[in-house]
Amino acid sequence: MSQQNNWPLWEVFVRSSRGLSHVHAGSLHAPDAQMAVRNARDLYTRRNEGVSLWVVKSNDIISSDPDEKDSFFESPQGKDYRHATYYKASEGVKHL
Amino acid sequence: MAPSASQESGLSAVPSYEEEQSQARFDALIGKDSRVEPRDWMPEAYRKTLTRQVSQHAHSEIIGMQPEANWITRAPSLKRKSILMAKVQDEAGHGLYLYSAAETLGTSRDELNDQLLTGRAKYSSIFNYTARSWADMGAIGWLVDGAAIANQVPLCRASYGPYGRAMVRICKEESFHQRQGFEILLALSRGTEAQKKMAQDAINRFYEPSLMMFGPPDDQSPNSQQSMAWNIKRFSNDELRQRFVGMIAEQVKVLGMTLPDPELHFDEEKKQWIHKDLNWDEFMNVIKGNGPANSQRLERRREAHREGAWVREAASAYAAKQAQSEVA
Amino acid sequence: MKHEELDAELDSFGDALASATRVTPGNALRPEDIAVNGQAPSEQVAKYALTLGDDSLILAQRLAHWISRAPELEEDVALGNIALDILGHARSFLTYASLAWGKTEDDLAYWREEEEFTSLWIVEQPNGHFGVTIIRQLIVSIFQHLLYRELTASTDETLAAIAAKAVKEVDYHRDHATAWTIRLGQGTEESAEKMRHALEILWPYVDEMFRDEQIHQDLEGVAVLPSTLRQAWDEQIGAVLTEAGLQIPATGQAMAHGRIGEHSEHLGYLLAEMQVLARKHPGATW
Repeated sequence: MSQQNNWPLWEVFVRSSRGLSHVHAGSLHAPDAQMAVRNARDLYTRRNEGVSLWVVKSNDIISSDPDEKDSFFESPQGKDYRHATYYKASEGVKHL
Repeated sequence: MAPSASQESGLSAVPSYEEEQSQARFDALIGKDSRVEPRDWMPEAYRKTLTRQVSQHAHSEIIGMQPEANWITRAPSLKRKSILMAKVQDEAGHGLYLYSAAETLGTSRDELNDQLLTGRAKYSSIFNYTARSWADMGAIGWLVDGAAIANQVPLCRASYGPYGRAMVRICKEESFHQRQGFEILLALSRGTEAQKKMAQDAINRFYEPSLMMFGPPDDQSPNSQQSMAWNIKRFSNDELRQRFVGMIAEQVKVLGMTLPDPELHFDEEKKQWIHKDLNWDEFMNVIKGNGPANSQRLERRREAHREGAWVREAASAYAAKQAQSEVA
Repeated sequence: MKHEELDAELDSFGDALASATRVTPGNALRPEDIAVNGQAPSEQVAKYALTLGDDSLILAQRLAHWISRAPELEEDVALGNIALDILGHARSFLTYASLAWGKTEDDLAYWREEEEFTSLWIVEQPNGHFGVTIIRQLIVSIFQHLLYRELTASTDETLAAIAAKAVKEVDYHRDHATAWTIRLGQGTEESAEKMRHALEILWPYVDEMFRDEQIHQDLEGVAVLPSTLRQAWDEQIGAVLTEAGLQIPATGQAMAHGRIGEHSEHLGYLLAEMQVLARKHPGATW
């Protein structure tokens, strides 16, 4: 009964008209890139949500390893001097 | 605290240090009411339960398209035809969002589809009833989608990220579904005698099945406890059913119709809605495959899948040819 | 968990739930706007609008049948979108036409008899398998795209406005049909054969699309003369079929006169299904 579809999985990213960046909206199956973009438009922008769509084959996405979350993302921890709030002496100075 | 993977799966191996660390991380996420994401470690039982819950929900959306799709070509006004088409199309979309979430748990869409077509997977049993009149479009929107929303809103905070996010999107779209159903009934309730009768008849048929959409009473739902501990179920079946009954008891007055439940009343002492005993025997019988439309619903899916095989194959073949010529 | 806590939990999603209804549909012209603001057309213009409305209505009715039956869920959504677009065009044209006779879009859709419909034969042809529907879409959407593009220059403001929205949507329909024609034409032996068959059974209804009727001649500047679209249509469809590895079939042309109410045997069944419920309750509102 089961037939191998062979339509690969694509991840969809949508940027809304007021948005600053593409946000992951979900995934869908399509036989190729052109159909993937069309399907994404039909599925994720029926209500005026988007002005820009990206589709990427799921297999092509390289992500950081969640198990290495701690070490991968350790470096920013404790480096408060990268944040404006660290600099108290400037508080209240106009335009700073 | 959630039981460990080894306890759940019945394996007797001693958990490794890594597994214990992973379990601890997972428990911490659940404990903080935070999100578990696709590449996080999770207990096998959690993965299995979620896959079943999410895919069942997806199948329900897809099967749920059918009773309404049947009335699109006969819709009695062009505006109603448009609205119904948009609703059924949304349901296909919801199925897709949910299959997409289920796939992140490691089961392919093909496998999930196969489970549905071979009758191994369950879907919401209310769709095994026939949609006999136009008023059923109203009753399905008001009662069935209403019950679904009551079930779904809490799931927007489900622990599994892709599922929770899919639920938020679905809930946003679903509110129009319930509203359009109610308005169909409202129009009928203000219409001719025949229309009023049609509306009351549909309400009579869908009331009890919609209450049963929340599942068996709490004391007969053994899986609920674990799901609630994992934050993939937020409220018990009875709690949700209570909330729903309270809402429709008020809304039905606006329609000038009645719910087919002479016992329905709010008990001030117990602070509970008391409703008639529900026919769980019929419920189980319909789930087993003996409802009015089980056979028809599955066959429609199988037919679509069968008839569409050549299309899917051709699309794949074309993509393969394109890929080859790009490499060359 | 107390009732109040449950209420608060569900209410906390209030904003998220409401957003579906708060999202604006955009500024495009809607049938409701035409009904309220539209100036009634002359009898002639109404009759012309009727032909455009009927084409779209019957085609939308055919496409709607695919919802829950498509080869893949993504296609249920895609064909659903296309059907909704086309039904929207139908509603706009019919609403506009109806103003001339003090009627509504529903009066025209549900209470006319078969011989009063002015649609082309091609749109009432059965869906057949997916390939037949796609070829029908290819034929009609290329035609409609050319038609609506010209119609945006109509001296009738309402027709021009309807066309302005429609042309963008039909552009998309044409791309959809083109993409599928190419994939199914080139995909497998089986799909190519099915597409050849689809072309054979639909090609006999091509000529009727381009026949100039009296109504077109009488409405110079308002209506688009269909014959003027033929060359561009031949070029466009020729290009798609070539890329798909398909050929124009050698068939006759049906003696089709849908514009004067003489239809193929399919329309009767289609209308019976479409109209049955409304007719069972004369005078009712839904």
